[in-house]
Amino acid sequence: MLRVSSLDVVLNSQPILESVDLEVADSEIVAILGPSGSGKSTLLRAIAGLVEVATGDIEWDDRSLQGVPPHRRHFGLMFQGYALFPHMTVAENVAFGLRMQSATDIDERVAEALVAVGLEGFGPRDVESLSGGERQRVALARTLAPEPRLVMLDEPLGALDRNLRQRLVEDTRHTLEGRDVTAIVVTHDRDEAVAMSDRLALMRAGTIVQTGTLESLLADPADDWVTGFLG
Amino acid sequence: MRNVRWGWVAVAAVPTFFVGYFFIYPLVRILGLGLSELSVGASGVEARLLRVAWFTLWQACLSTGLTFAVAAPLTWAVSTYEFKGRRLTMALVTVPFVLPTVVVGTSFVALGMNESVGAILAAHVFFNVAVVVRTVSTLWSRIDPRLMEAARVLGATSWQVFRRIMLPMLRPAIAAAASIVFLFTFTSFGVVLILGGFRYATLEVEIYRQAVTLFDLPLAATLAVIQLVGVTGALYWYSRYQERTAVSWTLESGTNLRKPRGRVRWVVLAAVVSTLAVLAIPIAVLIGRSLSGSYYEALLTDDRIVGSPIAAVGNSLVFAVLAMVLATVVGVLAATVITRRSGGLSRWFDLTLMLPLGTSAVTIGFGFIVALGAPVDLRASFWLVPIAHALVAVPFVVRSTVPTLRAIPAETREAAAVLGARPFTVWRRIDLPIMSRAVFIGAGFAFVISLGEFGATSFIVRPNTATIPVMIFRLLGRPGATSFGMAMALSVILALLTAGVVLAIDRARFGDLGSF
Repeated sequence: MLRVSSLDVVLNSQPILESVDLEVADSEIVAILGPSGSGKSTLLRAIAGLVEVATGDIEWDDRSLQGVPPHRRHFGLMFQGYALFPHMTVAENVAFGLRMQSATDIDERVAEALVAVGLEGFGPRDVESLSGGERQRVALARTLAPEPRLVMLDEPLGALDRNLRQRLVEDTRHTLEGRDVTAIVVTHDRDEAVAMSDRLALMRAGTIVQTGTLESLLADPADDWVTGFLG
Repeated sequence: MRNVRWGWVAVAAVPTFFVGYFFIYPLVRILGLGLSELSVGASGVEARLLRVAWFTLWQACLSTGLTFAVAAPLTWAVSTYEFKGRRLTMALVTVPFVLPTVVVGTSFVALGMNESVGAILAAHVFFNVAVVVRTVSTLWSRIDPRLMEAARVLGATSWQVFRRIMLPMLRPAIAAAASIVFLFTFTSFGVVLILGGFRYATLEVEIYRQAVTLFDLPLAATLAVIQLVGVTGALYWYSRYQERTAVSWTLESGTNLRKPRGRVRWVVLAAVVSTLAVLAIPIAVLIGRSLSGSYYEALLTDDRIVGSPIAAVGNSLVFAVLAMVLATVVGVLAATVITRRSGGLSRWFDLTLMLPLGTSAVTIGFGFIVALGAPVDLRASFWLVPIAHALVAVPFVVRSTVPTLRAIPAETREAAAVLGARPFTVWRRIDLPIMSRAVFIGAGFAFVISLGEFGATSFIVRPNTATIPVMIFRLLGRPGATSFGMAMALSVILALLTAGVVLAIDRARFGDLGSF
């Protein structure tokens, strides 16, 4: 399980995160929900080891990740803009994480991962030739293929049009559940957050205000902002 | 985190040592020598210094002005109109610019124009027309034509439109082109050494003469300091000017070329044909005259000159390969540091690596002689030539790779890291393949620069390992028609080698790089 405790992150001498506390149990999917600029992406980047932690701690299975570089954390992060490698094919993108682990059955696992996201046979395609929805699926396959201990999705449907989003919300949830993964999904859309997760964590101005299911949050909101935001 | 930082120190160490020991340190030694042992006072030295400095300055100003005058019609034509063969015209006009200076010098001797100011000016114009045409047309072709139409509607004549709208908007490009041409002609060496005879010398030529022929190192150092002041002054003026006139209007993303109609077609045709013809004459005469005797065979059989002419071709190719490898390794490491670290170190690096570009080649060669005697005496080393060539070429490798590396989003590397790639693996699997084309182009430039380099080489080359340009210069200095014929033949060979590599580079790059 993941435990973030009293986490502070400072970028360019600006406090971005202030005393963030968050726990994610094994096989749980937590959605971090908040307006843009509230520090959601920075929290994911801190957990991934991509930004320096000022104070506080991030632990996995009660072991601190302090000083562990991103490539040794075995976490998966799907970036907001997908960050596909432009000089590689779809299959090479998906295979990248497996290669880093020196896995043996790379071809099979890449094929499996592509089937799982509904992109069977897309392997040899150039990523530049894909549509927005196809890129999202490649990015998801690339994140899931190495079977990371924790999957983090940053606005996974952010850049897509509305019809596509509704369909992909279902697909993404289905894919995550099918693999029994521990996951954090970041979004600014309430409906998406509810549809994709077991539990919500509301974030505002660099801190987590309240966590719980939609029902419990509506029944017992911490303050007026929570009511307004979920309303 | 700690060992990651040490990795960066290691990456930065190679270019730092290279530029520090082979460029900065020799420069400091020259400054010391030039300022402390100033040998002014000997009779006639001051007058001679003054004459050389004055000649250097006015010929550079005049060369720049003449280059603009010759380039103007063609610049207008390619910036305003789309016509058949426009791309080819741009390619052809660039040919003189990539030719080694020794080849340009030999061409003008072949035209019968040696030992005159006219020859020097003509060669400078020939060499630099491309700088003006390409730099200015890149901006000109993107200026929104509606601005001109608006001015016309408001009652301006075409001359007033040009004077009040066009010229002010073109000023940044004109200033950039003028600075480049001025710097090239102010530090001109090969052309002036070949065409100026004993009467006309730029500071660059005089440094060479004092150091190599007359062994007056302190005086040569003084001259080098004067030249550095001139170059720094010109660069300073340009950067101040650029700051003040920073382009703040929005340019069209595409070009605004239109088809010429009616009488204008003939004017465009005349501008293109006459400019290309003027540029073609020296090259045509060089090739024609090189074929007018059995000069190419003589290159193979002549044994009266130290180091056979044909061996020079081999030497040049070996040096070019070594210089290319050195420049590419140093340049790619430097570009990596510049683009991946932010803040002071990166900016300092960027600036320092560009310095060899603003310094003359002769100063670099002279610096080697002054500074590299201890702790290890490198002055007679075989490696001196490829190192000097690499130093001149590193800025080109850096300039070629930095934009590509900057274009890689941080997220792309972060994605690789999260997927389990170590920092070195990220560089090898992400940065390296993405920049490979740019590195190839930079390496090609390094190869071409090494092939044609003459200023630094003339100081440091050993007699038995002459490069092609050095051999051409030796042949030019030897009396007899056959020797001159051989110089022309060797010049044609050098021009062909250069053109071949430049063509390969041009094929490799997808977009047009536009300006220099």
